[in-house]
Formats: sequence, C-alpha cells, structure tokens
Amino acid sequence: MAEKINNKSVLLNPFSKNNPVIVQVLGICSVLAVTAKLEPAIVMGVSVIAVLAFSNVIISLLRNTIPTSIRIIVQLVVVAGLVVIVDQLLKAYAYDASKQLSVFIGLIITNCILMGRLEAFAMGNKPWPSFLDGVGNGAGYAIILVIVGFFRELLGSGTLLGYPVIGKWAYDAGYVNNGLMILPPMALIVVACIIWVHRSRNKELQED
Amino acid sequence: MNKQSNLYTVIYIVLLTVIVGAALAVTSLSLRDRQQQNIDAEKMRQILASVHVTPAKGDIVTDFNRLITSQYLVNSKGERIDGDAFSVNVAAQIKEKAADRLLPVYECHLPEDGSTKYILPLYGAGLWGPIWGYIAIDSDGSTIYGAFFAHQGETPGLGAEIEKPMFSEQFDNLSVFKDGVFKPVAVVKKGMKPLNGEDYVDGISGGTITSQGVSSMLANCLKPYECFLEKLRNNN
Repeated sequence: MAEKINNKSVLLNPFSKNNPVIVQVLGICSVLAVTAKLEPAIVMGVSVIAVLAFSNVIISLLRNTIPTSIRIIVQLVVVAGLVVIVDQLLKAYAYDASKQLSVFIGLIITNCILMGRLEAFAMGNKPWPSFLDGVGNGAGYAIILVIVGFFRELLGSGTLLGYPVIGKWAYDAGYVNNGLMILPPMALIVVACIIWVHRSRNKELQED
Repeated sequence: MNKQSNLYTVIYIVLLTVIVGAALAVTSLSLRDRQQQNIDAEKMRQILASVHVTPAKGDIVTDFNRLITSQYLVNSKGERIDGDAFSVNVAAQIKEKAADRLLPVYECHLPEDGSTKYILPLYGAGLWGPIWGYIAIDSDGSTIYGAFFAHQGETPGLGAEIEKPMFSEQFDNLSVFKDGVFKPVAVVKKGMKPLNGEDYVDGISGGTITSQGVSSMLANCLKPYECFLEKLRNNN
C-alpha cells in the first residue's frame, strides 16, 4: 500500500468529519423508515455494523483474488449472504424487532454505505484496517439512527424504548404527543436539523 | 495464473456461490426450530388477545396451554373433523368454497368466571396487504366476547388503527345472530347504519378500504361457522 493508513482515524473519522449519513448523505432511506421507535433503530444500527464490518473483512481478504470484471457481483454476493444470515438470526433471537424492521434488514444489501465502503476501502486495504473502517462507518450510521429514533419516539409517542417518560401531569396540563413525528418525513427534518448543528460546529464542512 | 481470464472468472463465481449457498443453508436449517417457535408464540399471543388476555413475554406458551382447553376443526355443517387446528393455514382456507373449508375452533376456558369462549380465526384483505384477526364468541353462540385484529402493512394512523383496542373493543357484547338469523357484524362509516339490521361498529375515518376489508372478512370467515354457532345456540 502506497499511503500509510492511520487505524485510529479510519475508525473515528466516520463519527463526525466523514459521517456516512450527515456528511456523505448515504443510507437515508432506512433512516426514514426504521427510526419511528428507538428499539428498531438500535437493532438496525447493530445489524449494519455487523454486516459492514464482516463484509469489509471478507472482501479485503479476497481482494487480490477477485477478477476485476465481476468485483461488484462478488461484493453483492458476500453482502447478500451476510444480510440473510443476520435476518435469520434476528427472526430466531429478536423476533419482535425483526417484525418491526421487516423488509429493511433485507434492504441493507442495497444500502449505499456498504457498496461505498467495499469499493472504496476494502478492495484496497488489509483486513484489520478494513474491519475498523466497517465498524467506524457502521457506528457512524448507527449513532445518527439512534439520535433520530430518540427524538421521534420521545416527541411522537412520549416513550423511550417503550417506557413512558413523559409524566401524566404533563398530559393533564395539556401536552399532546406530536403524531407527525411518527411519520417518515419528520425523520428527514430531524436529520436536517442534525446536519445544521453539525455544519455550524465544523466550519471546514461548510460549502459556499 | 491469469486472474482476468474467462475461465478463472467463471470458476471463481461458481465456487463463491456454492460456499455462500452452503453457509446460508446451514444457518437456515439450524435456526428453523427456533424461528418456528417464535411464529407459533406470536400466533398464540394473538389468539389470547381476542379473549382480553395479554400474557408476559415468557409466559405465552404456558398461558395458552392453560387457557385453551381444546382445539379442533369443524366443517361447514358444524361437525367435528380430524386434523390439527393450530397448523391450518387460514389464508389458504378462505380461498376454498365455504363447504370445503377446514374451520379451526379454539375453545378457551376462562378461570375467572368459569365460562367457555369459542375463538374463531379470520383472514382477509385490507388496502395494502392481508389483514387477519381472531374473534371470541360466548357459549351462547352469538355474543362476541372480544376481538383482535392485525395487519401487515396498512397505513399508520389510518387503516393501521384496526389493531388498536379502541377499534377492536367496539365488538365486545355485539351479537352475530339477530332474531334467530345469522348476521355477521358490519363495519360502517361513523353515523351510518347497515341495511339489514345487523349489529355494527364504526369504521375508521380515513381508513375506509381497510374498514370495508374488516367487514367483508367478518362476513366471509364467519359465514361457514353458521351451523357450528347455531348448534352452540341450541345447546343453551
């Protein structure tokens, strides 16, 4: 490898400076769909971390053997295999969460973050940095999911992880849950707010 | 070796597919029992929901076995026939002619008041996909004790409201027999009344097609049970 890769920055960059969701704006579809409640958001985040980390490692191990003409197909086969395994595991051990996530686990296959990382990083780097890159990007995605899920469940349903957190006194005083927060468009608005805060704190990300 | 040659590419992809396929087959086979248990437990939870019982997560199977004292199949003449009620695929049965259907009945014995309820499965179509449910009928063969509805992908806030207690509790204490004539409960627009004088509940505003789906599901799925319910009625 020509350039030296700093493992720490590979792992930590995706959290803020190079976040897949709020900087690269990838994987938005599932952010809209699975964040109405906090629990499926967490399960989805963990699933993406697992799939991304392991597919990165596998592709990195195979990188010198993959024929160039079919490299995207090979990446897809590996990702699809891992996603189906995760889906089967969830159906066996986290049935409620898998019911809520339904098709979105399957749609991890088409998540742009995965193809992006495999093509841009794992195809050209050793397994260990690839693993860290997968974990970092997966976690960068998961953290946005959790933040969005937190606000949508809190404001939309008045609960967190299913437990009521807004006291009865608040409802008695006239507080009403905002049903709009449950609907997918509000996820986009919450993500936009996160991007706004994030850019205003990171001047170098601002565009003219 | 030339890694860009056609032969290498073909062998590579065939090998990869075989390996991934084998891994998936092993995963699927080793997890199948557990997944089936989850699916069965979910079905048991829904059946119990129709008699207003909500067991804790770990107690679903024990509660089901305690409360559901017997399960059997009947035909459209109300006679018992052989077969396992729990494994009958209601979705496939509703496509059959009413006379040929296998009709599952779950008999539930409630210890609080010693009464027996008869739980009947329902299956139909909503706006976006299938809807289904369970309806519990008192031992008089007519009064509805409780109902439970579920759906696959109805619109949240509109059609999806059928799974909320606010909708299903409307069915409590309604009758499926009116003056000795079998008339399944209808779901009608709020403020309206059905034409034939049957009992009715208010549909969901904004969820008209799902509400109509529930109505026709009740008519379609309960009709074959007419003789069975008639017999229950005459026994009292």
